[in-house]
Amino acid sequence: MRVGHQGAAASVVAPAPTRPIWTASIVVLLLAGLTILHLLLSNYQVGLATEILIFGALAMSIDVLAGFAGRTSLAHGAIFGVAAYVVIYAVTQLGITPVAAFLLGVVGATLVAALFSLVSVRASGVYFLLLTLALGMIVWGICLRWTDVTGGENGLRGTLRSGLLRDARVFYWVVLVSVALLSLAMWRFVRSPFGLTLRGICDSESRMHSLGYNVHFHLFIGFTLSGFFAGVAGGLYAFFNNFVSPSSVALLQSVQGLLMTIVGGVGTLFGSFIGSAAILTLQNVVSSYTERWQSVLGIVFIVIMIFAPEGLIGAARSFLTRVLGKHPRRR
Amino acid sequence: MNRRQFLKSTGVSFVVSGIGAAPWISAHADAAPIKIGVLAPLTGVVAAGGREMVEGTQFYFDGIGNKVAGRNVELIIEDDASNPDTALQKARKLVEQSNVHFLMGNLLANTGLAVANYVKENGTPYFIPIIAADDLTQRGRINNVIRVAGYSASAFTHPLGDWALKQGYRRILTVSQDYSFGHEQCGGLVQVFTEGGGEIVQQFWHPLNTADFSPYLGQIANTKVDAVFVMENGADATRFLQQYANFGLKGQIPLISAMNTTDQSIIRTLGPECEGIVSAAHFAEGADNPTTQKFVADYLAKFNKIPSLFGFSMYSGAMWITLAIEKLGGNVEDREALLAAVRSTELIDSPLGKPVKLDPYGNPIYDVYVRKVLRRADGKFWNVPIETYPNVSQFWKYDPETYMKQPPYSRTFQGIKKS
Amino acid sequence: MNAFQLLNGLTFAALLFVVGSGFTLIFGLLRIVNLAHGALYLIGGYVGFSVVVKTGSFLLGAAAAMSAVAVLGFVLDQGLLRFVRGHELREVLLTLGVAFVLDDLALVVWGGDSLTVPIPEVLQGGVRVLGVFYPKYRLFVLLAGMVIFATLVLLIQRTRLGALIRAGVDDPEMVEATGINIRRVFLVTFLLGSGLAGLAGLMGGAFLSLYPTADAEILVFSLAVVIIGGRGSLAGVAIGSLLVGLLNTLGQVMFPELAYFVIFGPMAIILAFRPLGLLGRA
Repeated sequence: MRVGHQGAAASVVAPAPTRPIWTASIVVLLLAGLTILHLLLSNYQVGLATEILIFGALAMSIDVLAGFAGRTSLAHGAIFGVAAYVVIYAVTQLGITPVAAFLLGVVGATLVAALFSLVSVRASGVYFLLLTLALGMIVWGICLRWTDVTGGENGLRGTLRSGLLRDARVFYWVVLVSVALLSLAMWRFVRSPFGLTLRGICDSESRMHSLGYNVHFHLFIGFTLSGFFAGVAGGLYAFFNNFVSPSSVALLQSVQGLLMTIVGGVGTLFGSFIGSAAILTLQNVVSSYTERWQSVLGIVFIVIMIFAPEGLIGAARSFLTRVLGKHPRRR
Repeated sequence: MNRRQFLKSTGVSFVVSGIGAAPWISAHADAAPIKIGVLAPLTGVVAAGGREMVEGTQFYFDGIGNKVAGRNVELIIEDDASNPDTALQKARKLVEQSNVHFLMGNLLANTGLAVANYVKENGTPYFIPIIAADDLTQRGRINNVIRVAGYSASAFTHPLGDWALKQGYRRILTVSQDYSFGHEQCGGLVQVFTEGGGEIVQQFWHPLNTADFSPYLGQIANTKVDAVFVMENGADATRFLQQYANFGLKGQIPLISAMNTTDQSIIRTLGPECEGIVSAAHFAEGADNPTTQKFVADYLAKFNKIPSLFGFSMYSGAMWITLAIEKLGGNVEDREALLAAVRSTELIDSPLGKPVKLDPYGNPIYDVYVRKVLRRADGKFWNVPIETYPNVSQFWKYDPETYMKQPPYSRTFQGIKKS
Repeated sequence: MNAFQLLNGLTFAALLFVVGSGFTLIFGLLRIVNLAHGALYLIGGYVGFSVVVKTGSFLLGAAAAMSAVAVLGFVLDQGLLRFVRGHELREVLLTLGVAFVLDDLALVVWGGDSLTVPIPEVLQGGVRVLGVFYPKYRLFVLLAGMVIFATLVLLIQRTRLGALIRAGVDDPEMVEATGINIRRVFLVTFLLGSGLAGLAGLMGGAFLSLYPTADAEILVFSLAVVIIGGRGSLAGVAIGSLLVGLLNTLGQVMFPELAYFVIFGPMAIILAFRPLGLLGRA
């Protein structure tokens, strides 16, 4: 592997420095807006908003790895789905209480992430992408074929929410709070010394190695932790959907999650919610008019890769930089 | 699409929640359209079948002028992408955003199960002319899920197993897609066949979308059997039949199959590979019943193809529901009444050409045709009945309660009677 | 494993080789993981199908399949990929987007029915070989695979273009430094790789049939083949195809529960220890 190329080639776009005021204030504004709209929206739209939050959290977990450690993964959808499977299995087949099941789901996802991480710690760039793709497919194959446990094609279904949580609005608030806490945790993580080490590894593995850092160990922890975050999102998804099937762990899940990360902006963390909102609302609108959602999704991918690989936030930022004539920030 | 924005902006959004929602009788019920949510796989692995489902539905409603009991019928069609997660999303959309009065459709069993789980919670009536998962009208039956004009997977293979015994077959092996629909169809045949003294030499299960059947065909060529039972759906069926012929097995070992394998959607694109295959179903497009022939001729004229199971079932399902709605005078808002009406309605004048009723568990009772694929004068192939089993229920000749005590058919339970 | 299973595995491997060789040429030289390769296979198959049905000529269908897909490849490379040159991951994800679009377009044009390319008369039926009755067409695929392998090896080892490709796989910058227009070599390679995918689509379409999602399936196999065999190595693709083809055939009958694991397990293990594949180089 050529040394100099590692940083740039390792990720879709060189991760941008996070401007906390920028992204955080956008998110606060959106939250305020959402809170007001919330009272006017129908149950269906509240459900959609809940989904946006859950998938935004998934996209954010992908961003932790892609934007800061420079490893783009196509396995996070599978990790997310595993959590959902464990939760629903625990509740419907083992009779475990929802809260305990949720914790089990998160643990399960984290373990799977740790396993994946061990296998892929030495790969980077495109090979990392393909390896995580393969690992995700193995999980999908297991979910599809291990019918006794996973229900095979039919998946697992049940009624996970009881009492107050049955109301879509109450559930939305619960998810909002959970996702907010989760995002905060992710944010703190990437700004911690550990997170900074990951960024250093992204820039130049050999440099960090020569400085005495145990690169593989840091990558291992980073991947596992990002899997933990994805697992929390997956657990919430189980409660939202009351249903999980092999599609939940399929490649398309990881691909859509990655797209949300990219659309929002790799390395911006909170951009993931913008990406999630953009993709899910687009999907909703488009599928009312045509069956060609897949083509639209493909075109979005192509357009973003060519014109705005740094995502909507990145594109907005560079647009403003040009318009307002500010000096572009140096990496 | 404008109507959706209209609904939102006028603030009419009644929250759908709770089981057995209170009947909401509007003063304007007569003028407001009947909104039907149609779910079908328009993309994905069974896209061809999904398209025909929509065609069949539209064909029926167009035929009655899109009006039932004085109210306009509005079909809102959503694609479930052959995928249960998408099916669930779209079901939610139809019920909570488009405010449909009831749902109908879906093709793959897993999509049906996902939607059924959802409507269980909110009581929306869900009609499934195609979904064949046994348990939806047996052990896991749900009050508001009814199989109008549909069938449960093992219902037709029970009599087929009996027919096989009557042909003198004593040793059979089965090849099937490895999912519940396949398990159930095989199970039905295997149970009856073994109870009659037959032997199941081997059972091959393969994942959906198997491109290459040669490994199984190799084994089959080396095994002494009287017949092979095959259960394939979609692209797998096309491939299997072609490869079976290519490997020279067609003339050597008789093939009996599930109805899906010899459905028009498959044999339309095939040649002599499909000729002579025997299957069992409620519908045979080659039956010489005048109502059936008229339906086939009309469908052929409109869509330039002979109707398949998918078109026929949705057409008949739509007819059944319409008869029920007419009995109610158009009051689809009263869910309990609608469900009761459907349950008590008999389907008459359907393309089957004979009346059909539901059993107490929500599944129709049919005369089952044992049918053979034959060539028509114009060179196309179709299924022609060679024998009929009258009034076959989903429980065959077993007592329902006893039958439901045995576990549902699966890979591990096929109802094999050890002799 | 009896003669039957062996032949099954070999004939499937032959198809995988044709599709995989195109993939590895592009991956090896241009360093692009072309995730649209499966879609190119499918469209090639469909185009070939339409031509064969219209004209009755299998050869014409093959020519049509190869050229149509080569044109698609041209548009993909010159029209889209040029905007993201040098950014490996962006290229990969862009091709993924293209795959989505092509797959959906194919559904619109050819519909969801399963279509099978008609086999020419002379190849219909079967023969006795190795003690079993085996379809002639599948043997033809095996033969064709070997012929294509030989042709490609000759091309790569004995022609100037081949020398340029080999040099480019090793060190593209050096090639450019010697004054050779490496861009043109890249383009020709991309067209060749795409053409091979189209040809494979026609060949495969005759015994495996064409349908929505066939592209994803063949892509998954191609990935496994090329990753196992190693980037840019024809011998690697040959080995990878044999491995995957035989494993898949064996696995189907003996371990149907492990369907995908049989292929992806080895792929993951190989990648974990030899990140560049069995015969790949950096």
